[in-house]
Amino acid sequence: MKPAVLEVRDLRVHYHTSRGAVRAVDGVGFDVGEEERFGLVGESGSGKSTIALALLRLIRPPGRIEGGRIALDGVDVMGLSEEEMRRARLAKVALVAQGAMNSLNPVLRVNEQIRDALRDHGVRLSARAFEERVGGLLESVGLRREVGGMFPHELSGGMKQRVCIAVAMSLRPKLIIADEPTSALDVVVQWQIMDTLRRVQEELGAAVILIGHDMGLMAQAVDRLGVMYAGKLVEVVAVRDLFRRPLHPYSQLLIGSLTSLDRKSEPRGIPGLPPSLLDPPTGCPFHPRCPYAMDRCRREAPALLEHAPGHLAACHLYPREEVA
Amino acid sequence: MTADYVAKRFGMFLVIVWLAATVNFFLPRIGGQDPVREKLIQQAAIGGNVQAGLEDMVAEYDAKFGLNTPLWRQYVAYVADMARFDFNYSIANYPRRVLDMIGEALPWTVGLLLTTTLFSWVIGGLLGAFLGWPRSPKFLQFLMPPLLALNAIPFFLLGLVLIYVLAFRLRLFPLSGGYTAGSFPALTPAFIGNVLSHSVLPALSIVLVSIGGWALGMRAMIVTTQGEDYVTYADAKGLKGRTIFLRYAVRNALLPQTTALALVLGQLISGAVLVEVIFSYPGIGTVLYKAIRGSDFYLVQGIVFILIVAIGVATFALDLLYPLLDPRISYRRA
Amino acid sequence: MAGAVPVWTAQKRPRERGGRQEAAVATLGYVRRNPSLLVGSLFLLALLLFVVVGYLTVDPSEASPLSVRSLQPPSADLPFGSDKQGRNLYAVMVVGTPLTLRIGLFAGLLGVGLGASLAFVAGYYGGHVDNVIKAIVDVGLTIPGLLILIIIGMKAREGLSVNQMALVVGALAWLYPARTIRSQVITLKQRGYVQIARLSGMGGPEVIVRELLPNLLPYLGASLVGSVSAAVLASIGLEVLGLGPFEAPTLGMTLYWVNYNAAIVNGWWWWWVPPIVVIAVLFVGLFLVAVGLDEVANPRVRNRV
Ligand SMILES: Nc1ncnc2c1ncn2[C@@H]1O[C@H](COP(=O)(O)OP(=O)(O)OP(=O)(O)O)[C@@H](O)[C@H]1O
Ligand code: SF4
Ligand SMILES: [Mg+2]
Repeated sequence: MKPAVLEVRDLRVHYHTSRGAVRAVDGVGFDVGEEERFGLVGESGSGKSTIALALLRLIRPPGRIEGGRIALDGVDVMGLSEEEMRRARLAKVALVAQGAMNSLNPVLRVNEQIRDALRDHGVRLSARAFEERVGGLLESVGLRREVGGMFPHELSGGMKQRVCIAVAMSLRPKLIIADEPTSALDVVVQWQIMDTLRRVQEELGAAVILIGHDMGLMAQAVDRLGVMYAGKLVEVVAVRDLFRRPLHPYSQLLIGSLTSLDRKSEPRGIPGLPPSLLDPPTGCPFHPRCPYAMDRCRREAPALLEHAPGHLAACHLYPREEVA
Repeated sequence: MTADYVAKRFGMFLVIVWLAATVNFFLPRIGGQDPVREKLIQQAAIGGNVQAGLEDMVAEYDAKFGLNTPLWRQYVAYVADMARFDFNYSIANYPRRVLDMIGEALPWTVGLLLTTTLFSWVIGGLLGAFLGWPRSPKFLQFLMPPLLALNAIPFFLLGLVLIYVLAFRLRLFPLSGGYTAGSFPALTPAFIGNVLSHSVLPALSIVLVSIGGWALGMRAMIVTTQGEDYVTYADAKGLKGRTIFLRYAVRNALLPQTTALALVLGQLISGAVLVEVIFSYPGIGTVLYKAIRGSDFYLVQGIVFILIVAIGVATFALDLLYPLLDPRISYRRA
Repeated sequence: MAGAVPVWTAQKRPRERGGRQEAAVATLGYVRRNPSLLVGSLFLLALLLFVVVGYLTVDPSEASPLSVRSLQPPSADLPFGSDKQGRNLYAVMVVGTPLTLRIGLFAGLLGVGLGASLAFVAGYYGGHVDNVIKAIVDVGLTIPGLLILIIIGMKAREGLSVNQMALVVGALAWLYPARTIRSQVITLKQRGYVQIARLSGMGGPEVIVRELLPNLLPYLGASLVGSVSAAVLASIGLEVLGLGPFEAPTLGMTLYWVNYNAAIVNGWWWWWVPPIVVIAVLFVGLFLVAVGLDEVANPRVRNRV
């Protein structure tokens, strides 16, 4: 793996509600290498978007980053001042937000929104040069230049998402985080957007963190995957190894439900409900739903350990020696 | 902005004007009696040197609106009169014409309302925007309770207190009126200053109360925009706080604030009428008050009609302004 | 998500639910976070207490003219003093406050009752009925109610009686509730359980009464408080203009006499301070209660602020 663009260690983010702290992200650590495509999957509420926002230090009250280390391109993100952090956003790490359908300001034209971003990052250009730059950006995500003069309500969902990608690439960041960039789009457009994202990434030589629900789409789009469950990473592995040999029972069930879909049967989902993050189960958070749960699982939380080269899992089924 | 949109809005304006005329016509006639005619006859009976003119008015009234004329005829005649702004003579102030009396008072009211409304809309909006913005200084929150309280009380109630404290006790401003009695209205600096000092208290009672309302409305809207994806995303784009505040939060919150402006015009007029009465300010409100006390139906009807038309005009103007603020509007509505 | 593969969205997380006790604790905490309701209710209770104590300590008939010596400043005998026509102003406040409240309450109930009925019909059935009602309400709302009331009020030569006043004000008070409740009904209609009720063959009136009405109660409450406040304001406005019940010592009529006799510039402060204080307490109390109820009805606002 190339040197890491992003290093996350023991990241913890809690939302402090009137009923107590929701441990949305609970001790997550991973690396993303240069130009790597890293995926985060997990069911709704498992903390994926919270990680994305935490990486940009955009967690708002009642949420708070409780601890952990985030190093972006060697810089300690938690140590930056507010103003330094603001300048790092978009310039070093850009976000294509979840629900990008509503990510554009309804009352400003597309080119004004891109111009705002450039200007606030110190890009000083003449009106003509701005127009040129915005036009170029739009073209590189497969949009006509005229789109710049349009308002968001005049664009289709796919076009809006492309505009968001154009904004994300505008300052050539090292890392682009795309949070479910294709949800609410139809299948054909989904693939087109994925393709655009891929081309942009290759052109910029940036790393990408892709967050999503859709295993099928993810498997095509990323090199490595992290599987989230209840605010924790339970498995981190290269995509082909995950499909060949999923270690964590949760991953196994996920992949099982995917193949059953291929056979056109009803999607099964996974039996049981996700745990409450207010009061997570003791031991392994998956034990109430896990078919292999043992006594130890109820008492002791499994650590995320490397069981094969580059293959990490957090499960008591795999004492280190047996797998390696 | 499409022609269709403008046409629709203008149609709405016409409906409002027509409704104003209709209300004026039917309301006094509910229940059979005709208080207008009664008042006319009563006034004519008092006599004096204007008797002949008033008797002519009774005759004219009977010809147009008498019992022998079918109701629809009366109605058509009435609407036609209104459409021509023909409000006849003032019953109590014969031979002055209603339109002249309104014309004299209207600039006072429009001047007072236009300035106070715009002023409180802008200042209240700014205040509310800062109150709703999480990065504003915390001490601003202490403004909330007084704003809430001011917003809840009626204009004229505050007016009474202001008269007592600032005019009667501290003698900072004149007690009432639009200018010092006996001074000659002219465009001299002295007279303008005189008028301004007379209008400070009425203006202040309107402004203080309505600032509260605008601030609360704006604050709620800014808080709402905080939850919008495009504001979160603006943060993710690394925009400066000022850019997000002005171009993302405030700019979008302006839309409902403008809609609200159109909606509260009616209340505003009602409130301002009472303020004028309390201050004996020489605007429409005071004329209306005197007309009510003199049962001067023609004058009251003329004022009601003109005020409603004025609201219609203002609403129409705002409707035309709105699409400039919200690019989606011509698609959404028309 | 047309055609996408919702692999594990089949089970959406339900919101965490707590027990009864937890709910009670949450409610208490909520009252603390929603102080408007509490403070507002306290204001109104204070007024009520004033009236009750007042009726026990003063002869209500002294609210009529010529009961006591005129223009007396406050003293032990006349705690609020007396006005020019010889009313005991303490008695005037004690009698007038509930009179004004009665006008507001009656008109407010009439307005919300009428407005809600129209809103339910318009919002639930939609179509032409809805279009017509909506158009009437939209146009009606642009016309200042006070002006209409003035014309009606002028018909009654000797001023309106308290009950006529309530009726007249109530006749216009339905417009605003009709608009706001209608949009609530439309939102609610799209909810799952209402859809299910409709599909299971429940008739329109039954759905309205059994499904919509109970769910809109907090909202109707907020709407009622708002209407009462607006009605009181309108009635006081009419009274100050001299169209009120001349024989009744309502708060608005008291202000009318204050203005008529130029009490302020004559230095008779005790005449106008009590009605102003009572009216201010009343309006601020009603406003805070309305804000509080609104928060109860709209938890969306609760979470955000
Ligand atoms: N503002 C908030 N206040 C309280 N809890 C929150 C808040 N935002 C998120 N949470 C909680 O944090 C947890 C993680 O949320 P997050 O949005 O990160 O999940 P996600 O994996 O992105 O889900 P999805 O796939 O639905 O986007 C959830 O349980 C959610 O209820
Ligand atoms: S640790 Fe135990 S409960 Fe958790 S996934 Fe592994 S086997 Fe299942
Ligand atoms: Mg998410």
